[in-house]
Amino acid sequence: MSFDPQQIQDILVIIVAAATPLLLAAIGEVVAERAGVLNLGLEGMMIVGASTGFAFAYLTDSTMVGVIAGVMGGVLMSAIFAFLTIGLATNQVAAGLALTIFGRGLANLIGGGFVGLKRAGAPHLYIPGLSDLPLVGRLIFGEDFFVYFAILLTGAVGYWLMRTRAGLTLRAVGENHISGHSLGVPVRGIRLLAVLFGGGCAGLAGCYLSLSYTPFWSPDMTAGRGWIALALVVFASWKPWRALAGAILFGGVAVLALAFQGLGVPIPAQLLNSLPYLTTIIVLVVLSLRDSRGALAPASLGQAFIPDR
Amino acid sequence: MRIDLDARPQRSALREILAPVGALIVAILIGGIVIALMGRSTIEAFDVYFVEPLSQSYSLQAIAVKASPLILIAVGLAFCYRANLWNIGAEGQFIAGGALGGWLGLLTYGGAYQGALGGWWILAAMMILGALGGLLYAMIPALLRVWLNVSEILTSLMLVYVAQLGLDWLVRGPWKDPGGHNLPVSVNLDPEATLPILFDGGSLHLGVLLAPIVVAIAAVVFSKTLFGYQVRLVGSAPKAARFGGFNDRTIAIAAFAISGGLAGLAGVVEVSGRIGQLLPSISPGYGFSAIIVAFLGRLSPVGIFIAGLVLALTFVGGEDAQIALHLPGDLTLAFQGVLLICVLAADVLARYSLRFTWGARS
Repeated sequence: MSFDPQQIQDILVIIVAAATPLLLAAIGEVVAERAGVLNLGLEGMMIVGASTGFAFAYLTDSTMVGVIAGVMGGVLMSAIFAFLTIGLATNQVAAGLALTIFGRGLANLIGGGFVGLKRAGAPHLYIPGLSDLPLVGRLIFGEDFFVYFAILLTGAVGYWLMRTRAGLTLRAVGENHISGHSLGVPVRGIRLLAVLFGGGCAGLAGCYLSLSYTPFWSPDMTAGRGWIALALVVFASWKPWRALAGAILFGGVAVLALAFQGLGVPIPAQLLNSLPYLTTIIVLVVLSLRDSRGALAPASLGQAFIPDR
Repeated sequence: MRIDLDARPQRSALREILAPVGALIVAILIGGIVIALMGRSTIEAFDVYFVEPLSQSYSLQAIAVKASPLILIAVGLAFCYRANLWNIGAEGQFIAGGALGGWLGLLTYGGAYQGALGGWWILAAMMILGALGGLLYAMIPALLRVWLNVSEILTSLMLVYVAQLGLDWLVRGPWKDPGGHNLPVSVNLDPEATLPILFDGGSLHLGVLLAPIVVAIAAVVFSKTLFGYQVRLVGSAPKAARFGGFNDRTIAIAAFAISGGLAGLAGVVEVSGRIGQLLPSISPGYGFSAIIVAFLGRLSPVGIFIAGLVLALTFVGGEDAQIALHLPGDLTLAFQGVLLICVLAADVLARYSLRFTWGARS
C-alpha cells in the first residue's frame, strides 16, 4: 500500500465528517446527563433537526436559516421531553423512547415532500495557500463551519462545565438533587435548561447530516447515530474533551467500513455496516471492566425529582 | 410557570383505568388537529382510521393478525419493565426468532429431512426454535447487564441494527431462492412449515390463538406465582427484594429470557403465518410499537391484550388511510409516538394531582 498524502488526507477528512454529528449530539447529552437527566430521545431530536433543517434550507435557499430551524426543531422536541420528565416526573427511559418514536414519524412527515431533492452542501472554509497545504490543508483549514463550531463548542462546554461556578452547580444538581434543592438551587430550572441545550445540540447534529454530510433528506437518515452518541457519552465518562476523542474513534470505525468496501475486500457489506453497532457494544463492555460499579456516572442520573416544600 | 405534583392520598382503580383511555382520546384529538392543519377532513380520516376497519370482516382479521405479534412481544416486555430492566431491542429478538425458526422451514423445504416421520413435527419445532432464537439473542444484553453492569438499553438497541443487517445478508446470500429471478427472497415455505389458516378465504392463522393463551398464562404468573411477585418487587423496591433474599440476577435473566423468547416466537409466527417466506425485512417495527402497547396496557397482561388491538387498529387504519385518502404512512408512526407521550403523562395524572403556579414562587 502506498502512502499518498492526498489519499491519507481524504480519509482523515471523512473521519472528521463522520465524527462531527456524533460529537455535537454527545456534547449536548453530556450537559443534560451531568444535570441528572438521561434523554434517550437523542435519535428522535436529531432526525427532526435533520428534516426541519433541510426543509427550511431548501425553501429559503439558505443554509443558515436551515441551521436555525433545525436547532429550533431539536429544542422544541426536547421541550416535550422536559415537560414529561421534569414537569411531570415521568420515567425518563420511557419518555426518551416516546420522543424517538414520535420524532421518527414527525421527521418523515416533515421531510416527505423533500425526498429526492438535493442542494449544495454547506460551504467549506478556504484560505488561499493554507487550505492547499498537503496532508493537513483541507483537514485543518478547509472544513465547513459545523466542524469548527463543534470543536469550539466542546472547548466552551468543557471549560464551562468543569471550571465555572455555574457548571459546578449544574454538576451538583446531577450528583444529588436533594442536596441541591435544600441549598436553594432551582433543580428543575437548571435541568430544563440543560435538556433544552441538549435538544439544540442534537438538532444541530441532525442539520449537519442533512445540510453537509449528505446534503439531502432521506427517511431514517440518522441510522442510529443518536444511540451511538449516547454510548459515546458513557465512553467519554461524561467529560466533553473525551467525547471528542471518542467521536473520532467512532467516526473512524464508520469510515473503516467504507474504506474496506472501496478496496473491494470480500467481506459482506452488511457485516461492515454493522461494525459501528458492534463496536459500540464492545466499547461499552470494555468500559464496564474499568468502571464496574458505574461510579463515573452522575449519581442522580435518570432519577425523577419531585420537590417537597 | 411552575408545576407542582401532589401525590393523591390513595390509588383509585377507576382513575388507573381511565388514564390510558383518556390518553387515547387526547392523542386522537391531537391527530385530528394535525390532519385538519394538513387541510384534510378530520371526520373522514377518523372514519377511515378507526371506524371502517372495525366494520369489515377482512380488516377485523387483519387487526387480529397484526395485534398478535404486538401482544406477544409486549407481554414479554412487561416482565422486563416491571423488573426495571429496559429491553428496547425486542425488534432484534423478533428478527432473530423469525430467522432461526424460518431456517428450519428452509431446511425442510421440498420434503427434505421428513422421511418416514412425515412433516407434522416441523411447525412445532419451528415455534420452539423461534422462541429459542429470540431468547438467546436477548441473553447478550441480559448477561452483559448482570455480569458487567453494561447498560442493557444501549446494547439491546444496537443489536436491533445487527439483526436487521444479519437477516438482510442471509436473505440476499445463502438463503436466496435460486429460482427467484435474483430477488432478495427465500423460497415459499412448504405447507408443513406454514401455520394453517383458520377459515377458508380469511387471513386468520393458527398463530393468532397464541396471543390470548400467552396473555392468560402471564396474568396468572404475575398475580398468582412467587416469580411474578419477585419480578414486581425487584422493580419497585430493589432493596426490599434483596433483604427478602431474592436473587435479582436470576430474576433479571429470567425476565430477559421470557421477553426475548416471546419476541422470537412472535417473529417465527409472523414468518410462518403471515409472510410464508423470509424477506430482508420481516417487521414493520413491531418491536418498537410493542413498547407503546406495553405502556398503554399499563404493563398488565389483560391491559396489553386490549392495547395490542388498539395499536393494530392504527396500523390497519393507517394502511387504509394511505390508500383511500393518500395520507402519508408516517402519520401512523407519529400518532403512535404522540399516544405514548399522552399515556406517560396520563399515568402521572392518575397518581398525582397537578398544581400550576404562574409568576413568582409561592
